[in-house]
Amino acid sequence: MKYAELKDYERELYYFRLRVGFAGVVVLVAFGLLLARFFHLQVVLHDTYASKAEENRISIVPIAPNRGLILDRNGVLLARNYAAYTLEIFPAKVKDLERTIQELESVVEVQAKDRSRFRKLLAETRNAESLPIRTRLTDEEVARFAANRYRFPGVEIKARLFRQYPFGGTASHVVGYIGRINARDQEKLDELDVESNYRGTDFIGKAGIEASYQQELHGTTGFEQVEIDAAGRGIRTLARTSARAGNNVTLTLDIRLQEVAEAAFGAHRGALVAIEPSSGGVLAFVSRPGYDPNLFVDGIDPQSWAELNNSPDRPLNNRAIAGVYPPGSTFKPFMAMAALELGKRTPKSAINDPGFFEFGGRRFRDSKPGGHGHVDLYKSIVKSSDTYYYMLANDMGIDAIAGFMKQFGFGARSGIDLEGEAKGVLPSPAWKKERFRRPEQQKWYAGETISIGIGQGYNAYTPIQLALAVATLAANGEMYRPRLASHVDNARTGERRYAEPALVQRIPLKPENVEFVKRAMAGVNSEGTGARAFAGAQYTSGGKTGTAQVIGMKQGEKYDEQKVAERFKDHALFIAFAPLESPKIALAVLVENSGFGARYAAPIARTVLDYYLLGKLPEAKPLADSATAAQDEQDEEESD
Amino acid sequence: MALEASLLSPRRLAARLAEGIDGTLLALALALSTLGLATLYSASLEQPARVTAQLANLAVALAAMWLAARVPPQTLMRFAPPAYLIGLALLVAVALYGDMVHGARRWLHVGVTRFQPSEMMKLALPLMLAWYFHRNEATLRLRDFAFGALLLAVPALLIARQPDLGTAVLVAAAGFYVIFFAGVGWKVLGAIGLLGAASLLPLWGLLHDYQRKRILTLIDPTQDPLGAGYHTIQSTIAVGSGGLAGKGWLHGTQTHLEFIPERHTDFIFAVFSEEFGLVGNVMLLALYALLIARGLMIAAHAATVFARLLAAAITLMFFTYAFVNMGMVSGILPVVGVPLPFVSYGGTSLLTLFIGVGILMSIHSHRRLVQT
Repeated sequence: MKYAELKDYERELYYFRLRVGFAGVVVLVAFGLLLARFFHLQVVLHDTYASKAEENRISIVPIAPNRGLILDRNGVLLARNYAAYTLEIFPAKVKDLERTIQELESVVEVQAKDRSRFRKLLAETRNAESLPIRTRLTDEEVARFAANRYRFPGVEIKARLFRQYPFGGTASHVVGYIGRINARDQEKLDELDVESNYRGTDFIGKAGIEASYQQELHGTTGFEQVEIDAAGRGIRTLARTSARAGNNVTLTLDIRLQEVAEAAFGAHRGALVAIEPSSGGVLAFVSRPGYDPNLFVDGIDPQSWAELNNSPDRPLNNRAIAGVYPPGSTFKPFMAMAALELGKRTPKSAINDPGFFEFGGRRFRDSKPGGHGHVDLYKSIVKSSDTYYYMLANDMGIDAIAGFMKQFGFGARSGIDLEGEAKGVLPSPAWKKERFRRPEQQKWYAGETISIGIGQGYNAYTPIQLALAVATLAANGEMYRPRLASHVDNARTGERRYAEPALVQRIPLKPENVEFVKRAMAGVNSEGTGARAFAGAQYTSGGKTGTAQVIGMKQGEKYDEQKVAERFKDHALFIAFAPLESPKIALAVLVENSGFGARYAAPIARTVLDYYLLGKLPEAKPLADSATAAQDEQDEEESD
Repeated sequence: MALEASLLSPRRLAARLAEGIDGTLLALALALSTLGLATLYSASLEQPARVTAQLANLAVALAAMWLAARVPPQTLMRFAPPAYLIGLALLVAVALYGDMVHGARRWLHVGVTRFQPSEMMKLALPLMLAWYFHRNEATLRLRDFAFGALLLAVPALLIARQPDLGTAVLVAAAGFYVIFFAGVGWKVLGAIGLLGAASLLPLWGLLHDYQRKRILTLIDPTQDPLGAGYHTIQSTIAVGSGGLAGKGWLHGTQTHLEFIPERHTDFIFAVFSEEFGLVGNVMLLALYALLIARGLMIAAHAATVFARLLAAAITLMFFTYAFVNMGMVSGILPVVGVPLPFVSYGGTSLLTLFIGVGILMSIHSHRRLVQT
């Protein structure tokens, strides 16, 4: 028994030691496992974790540069920056956005407008660190939030520079506006390979100069290397590269002239482009109605956006470069130029204008019933004879017309330094073939050429094309690319870069022909259709009225301004340059759905020229007041 | 006179003091503690008082170890049932009257200081079980093991309810080791293992979605990077960025930029690993391996069933602490509150550990006493 017990004891000890050995193996395996894990983390994946640790430690905080200013030719600020406090939410750091916003309401005022704007921004903005729930906080609100800050992780007050447009809606289509960078902007930045320079930037030019000179205005983003702790609090700044402010862009535009021009439109829709013929510098650039670009700065609230977008007046549409209109009779001086250059007419060539031109059994009506009688080239412009140009167009043929007009920039983008320019339509058989699908539509009919001669038919040009053509004529065939920017200043270095006048081409025109057409246009303003508008002008000028049909009139149907619905009224046009000898300004005016060019467009041109050449401000009188309207009508019917 | 003089001579005194002290164990434990102090210094630069406090803790722990080393295992055996019962009573008291700290009831006020009864259970439970199996040494049957399991389950569940899952796991592990070394059959172990695994599946089905998510986050921290997963993600970065040789003492960025939570206690290994790299980790593992090897050797040569069970259990507890802690910091085990033995800041844990070392020493120095 005792023996057995003893043996038992030894066997037990043996088994125990076996288990100790087993435990030892388990320990070794477990430690081996740890060792493998350490090796994996510290050797195999070391680079990954090292960079993760580095990222943890140093946070690169981009410093957004101050946006450059936009000034007019006299140094008047058109776009500036001012500092204000915003309350911003970091969506990634906030778990329950709705609740946070609700709680914020107890500290600062948050209106429904702010909420909807925030939601819109949240949906549209990509890669945004923080988004504003409130902008322009009062000092009291700043203090109140600061005291309650602990309650709102992921919500911060930021001092931001805001864009402001002191002139509001004036020149809105020139200056444009900035807005939050959205997905499309981001793609564009990626394409340009400048996205790294936009790391701290929330805003980007969306329209106008703000958009087209975005890269100049933006500046260079600075960086601050900040050591942070796990809570994301900055401990200290390790290094700092200051941001370099964007360049200031000075325009050729004269904001005072612009104001005069815009005021001259009254309540009418339309466009005006005034160009310095010797340089292409744009002096005034109107697209009415405009909009208040300040609405966009904080992110436009959906209601205002809907109003702007859904208005039948289309205030966001830049008519001067994106609106296409038939030029009407303003096309005639260029037709005359073509006739002289191509030898189809001489100044002495005359016709008898019976008030219509018959072609292929169809009667093309002159705007003056009974016609202008004996009409030579000079009179055809001064009195604006349609019959003359019906015949001329027929004689020249569409290819010759298109070929010549192309030189003046018709149907091609002017190349102005704004985005969103339309091409318009310079009608030609080739264009028609491309434009239409069905073979019978693709064919060019000789009858279609007739109305081309008076600026109707398929003719469709932008106001800037028209202005450029006039400026080119005024500069005796020298065409300078129109541009709004005069120079770009680097505020830090003082370096200034001028936008040199870009001579696009020198159209080989015979000086005597140019002289003739100019003289005829001077006749328009002195004794022709523009005479009433330019009565008593203290400078010489050339002009041409135009009235573009919006809807086709049936043959023999009389156009009655009173009876036609406003949207179907004719567009009034006027082109002009002055002074006659060495033109300093050339312009094109278009007044949508108003009526005769002589009545509605010419006075605007007069007002602009008066101010630009004489510094004379217009007298406060309503445009085309009804007292004189009835009397005018008779004259214009005869003339335009 | 001569005798007295020789008694009082420094040499003799040192010899008397060192009696029963195992040099190897002491050297290993002190080496680990020194690494701990160095790491702690780095982890709490802004609070240098912590290092001094830990030095004081170490002094107390060493004294306790010295005392424990002089208590013969037979005497220790007599303490086992009362220690266990007192511990159990205190755990019940904690459940009823304990202080709430961070949403858990773990502390009991004793005079001016607070006391964690669960910590005491880490030693009391293996003591009790070793005593129990020693007493029934000759007639061990399955029902003895079942009773042992009950002795284990009661305190473990009480601790788990505090809730302190980490300590509960450690206490249960300590108890389990005793049962394992006492010789519970492999078949029984296998059956329990299978049963447990099988019960997991239907249990999973009973859980709420949020509970499942919580468990999944425990397994995969990246599922909740700002919440529960944050600790593991940051500590893994610390370990990984340490690389082969580490960033150097006092140069761990994760540590000094406060990316590592609990960096002086449960996550001190992240600090160590970041600053000393794989080389440091290997050294640390080697120190633990040597400590465990020494402990297991002592267990293998222990004189009585009680002594060997206790020695083996205490040794494997060291292992469990170290493995669970390093595993959780390096991201292969879920985050539970387990300190790194001898390294983490904290007096209670250090005290328990050094008492454990003292017991091992005592078992070692008394290995032949019974036989002679």
